[in-house]
Amino acid sequence: MLVAALAGCSLIGGGSDDSDGEAARSVVLVTHDSFAYDESVVADFEAASGIDLDIRQSGDAGELTNSLILSKDNPIGDVAFGVDSTFASRAIDEGVFEEYRSPAVEEGADRYRAGDTDAVSAVDVGDVCLNIDTGWFAENDIEPPAGFDDLVDEQYRDLTVVPDPATSSPGLAFLLATIEHRGEEGWADYWADLRDNGVKVTGGWTEAYTQDFSGSSGAGPRPIVVSYASSPAAEIGEDGEPRTEALLETCYRQVEYAGVLAGAADPEGAREVVDFLLSAEFQSQVAEYMYVYPVREDVELPESWEQAAPLPEDSAALPAAEVDAGREDWVEQWRTIVLG
Amino acid sequence: MAHDRAGLISPSTRSSQRRPGRAGRIGLLVAAVVPLGFLLLFFGWPVAAIVLRGLGEGGLGETLLDVRTWRIVGFTLGQAALATLVAVVAGMPVAYVLSRLDLPGRGLIRVLVTVPFVLPTVVVGIAFRALFGDGSVLAIVLANAFFNIAVVVRTVGGLWSHLDRRAEDAARALGASRLRAFTSVTLPALRPALGSAAAVVFLFCSTSFGVVLVLGGARFRTLETEIYLRTVQLLDLSGAAALSLIQLVAVVAALAAGGMARRRRETALRLSPAVNSARKPVGGDWWVVGAALTVLIGLLIPVGTLLIRSVSTSQGFGLAGYRALTGEPENGTLAVSAWDAASNSLRAATDATVLAMIFGVLAAIVLARTRRRGIAQLLDGVLMLPLGVSAVTVGFGYLVTLGALPDELRGSPVLVPFVQALVITPLVIRILLPVMRAVDDRLRQAAASLGASPWRVWREVDLPVAARSLITSAAFGFVVALGEFGATSFLVRAETMTLPVAVARLISRPGELNTLTAYAACTMLMLVTAAAVVLVERIRVSGGSDTMGEF
Repeated sequence: MLVAALAGCSLIGGGSDDSDGEAARSVVLVTHDSFAYDESVVADFEAASGIDLDIRQSGDAGELTNSLILSKDNPIGDVAFGVDSTFASRAIDEGVFEEYRSPAVEEGADRYRAGDTDAVSAVDVGDVCLNIDTGWFAENDIEPPAGFDDLVDEQYRDLTVVPDPATSSPGLAFLLATIEHRGEEGWADYWADLRDNGVKVTGGWTEAYTQDFSGSSGAGPRPIVVSYASSPAAEIGEDGEPRTEALLETCYRQVEYAGVLAGAADPEGAREVVDFLLSAEFQSQVAEYMYVYPVREDVELPESWEQAAPLPEDSAALPAAEVDAGREDWVEQWRTIVLG
Repeated sequence: MAHDRAGLISPSTRSSQRRPGRAGRIGLLVAAVVPLGFLLLFFGWPVAAIVLRGLGEGGLGETLLDVRTWRIVGFTLGQAALATLVAVVAGMPVAYVLSRLDLPGRGLIRVLVTVPFVLPTVVVGIAFRALFGDGSVLAIVLANAFFNIAVVVRTVGGLWSHLDRRAEDAARALGASRLRAFTSVTLPALRPALGSAAAVVFLFCSTSFGVVLVLGGARFRTLETEIYLRTVQLLDLSGAAALSLIQLVAVVAALAAGGMARRRRETALRLSPAVNSARKPVGGDWWVVGAALTVLIGLLIPVGTLLIRSVSTSQGFGLAGYRALTGEPENGTLAVSAWDAASNSLRAATDATVLAMIFGVLAAIVLARTRRRGIAQLLDGVLMLPLGVSAVTVGFGYLVTLGALPDELRGSPVLVPFVQALVITPLVIRILLPVMRAVDDRLRQAAASLGASPWRVWREVDLPVAARSLITSAAFGFVVALGEFGATSFLVRAETMTLPVAVARLISRPGELNTLTAYAACTMLMLVTAAAVVLVERIRVSGGSDTMGEF
């Protein structure tokens, strides 16, 4: 009985039933955990191109970047998506990617080009911004903050929660935003003030947003949190009104790139996949599936986004090379200031 | 690799053994090569590759001389020691109730104690965070203990139920108080099992990752979280390698301590069948029952919190999370429905169990029949190592070494069960070994001299004795594989996503439905676990006589 049960539920014994399309080329796309997509869009691409897209996900943008660097002599796939602007220069310098300029970059991706190289193409942009629980401020009759400078004000004492920049990518983006805002000289003082004003630090975005933030389903105690410009679109109430708002003065732009891996088994297929990621079909579903903004200019945002989460107009961003050079020191300094 | 799972150590008796014949020795050698080869390929090679790469970059001394490194080491060991103490103190009364008292509902208690084992650490971290707040050592210690009470209960309880009650009764008859009889008679007899359980719990607590990341806020760092930070975020491989080496030293020390405790026990105990030692509670027993109940309630609180959260929508109680769980993937967070993820989990865990049984049985046979103690212990220690090394180290090691494997294998979903098998093989060995050692070698020799082949000898002599332990170890290996996250997350692919990985992805998205679905998936994981434990209980009960290799 036991043996029969075992045979019935095994990956090895269960056999694969996808061996029919023998001629299909299999192209391996390596990406991070947050990659999400509309199945039908991918199926259409596979049918049209004759490519069997083998998607392998692991970790976050940092882990993905470092995985690619570690395995560059023997790449773990043909094409990679999800290296972001905080890590891109490291991967490009290591020679992880092969130059490829997709014709589709003309449709908007070029706006977010990584320096002057064609090693990677921008696929989407996401903005890390402070989010506030608008209902909380209305109830407590406090004027909502407008930007960084308000957070150190006495009336916002103990109201803010941020993720640790050492272990969280939105946490790092927010630290970079403050560095961009206050400059190399002033950011440390700003954080000392934030600390004195009772800022709370969590290990990751999940705890900050789902547990400490009052505007999420966790209904925590703090009405100000570091999240994304797009998060309010996920918090639209029964009445159709957004319950939270992103402070557009505080946004830091992260661009996610895709590129053909140097030494790919099927570089031609990899280029086709980059074209696909930049196609109108794929781009039109990134907002709904990945909570990020498409790079193409001819693609519309979902209705709830137009209402609750428009693309911030003047987001900050530090040059990738500067981020790569400064990251470790900044984070260590930040630890000393905020955690003591 | 060492997050949230069990180590199992059981009582054993000494067997009379003679040197195996030449054919036997060659057979043993062959049997040893298979599990060791597996360990070398899927563990030794990747870990060595990544650590050596780090050491090659230099900077080892810098990390070793940094005062912050030693602060982290201190905190890692300190919190692990405290959590071990809590787990032992909390586990003892439950072990007593399960092994010495004849009370209804013992099966239920076994289920309840085991469920925490498979819960994803990030979710347990969040439950404890809701209860205790973050950035507190207390929350970290309690959460680590929560995962590991089962190890103490099963290990100590396993031995306790075999202890001859007469020595304690004699002490009482001679006028010793209950406490005195316990401390001077029972406790010394239990000490080996306690030492062994403590070593394993210490191992798990000192390498726990998710719990520290969620509950430590930004303030508390352990070797494991620091290795993660240096490897994954900073690509500071030399720093990570230095920390990995420190961790390895700590792990080997814990294993050696556990090994010494086991050795003493194996030579010193007289065991009796468990049926004789359980009795109706009398007098002071009720205090212990009360203490055990308190512990069980303590375990129920986080579990209950998860259940309540899975049905708490912003419009009151509702089943939206469960509907999303069983339906089609709605917004692409998961490439498969959570239902498929559950089925993937079951399939991968099944394969991992089959693999671990093959490797574990072979290893246990070798360990049981190797006459030289030193070699057997060294081998035993080596086979336990995967429990104590960082999942990140192993995972990144794969990136460096898998390139040498053929392409078909490299990206194959088959890798997931192989890596899970790496984690559960040591557990299988811990359950099987005592039983194998208890088999009288003279029976084997008699069978062999009557012309039976080695395979026939094993089937006719060893198998009947070990049968139920085989089932027990398979079932618990299965349960642990179900909950495995660290190593799996490095290799899992969209279409083979497992439940714990699905939970982690769902919970890291905004929106109420994603959160509800994550908690619902946790509930599903708990139910599957409970079902597996109940199945084992039924097999144990229906089997009649007593098993030695008890989890």
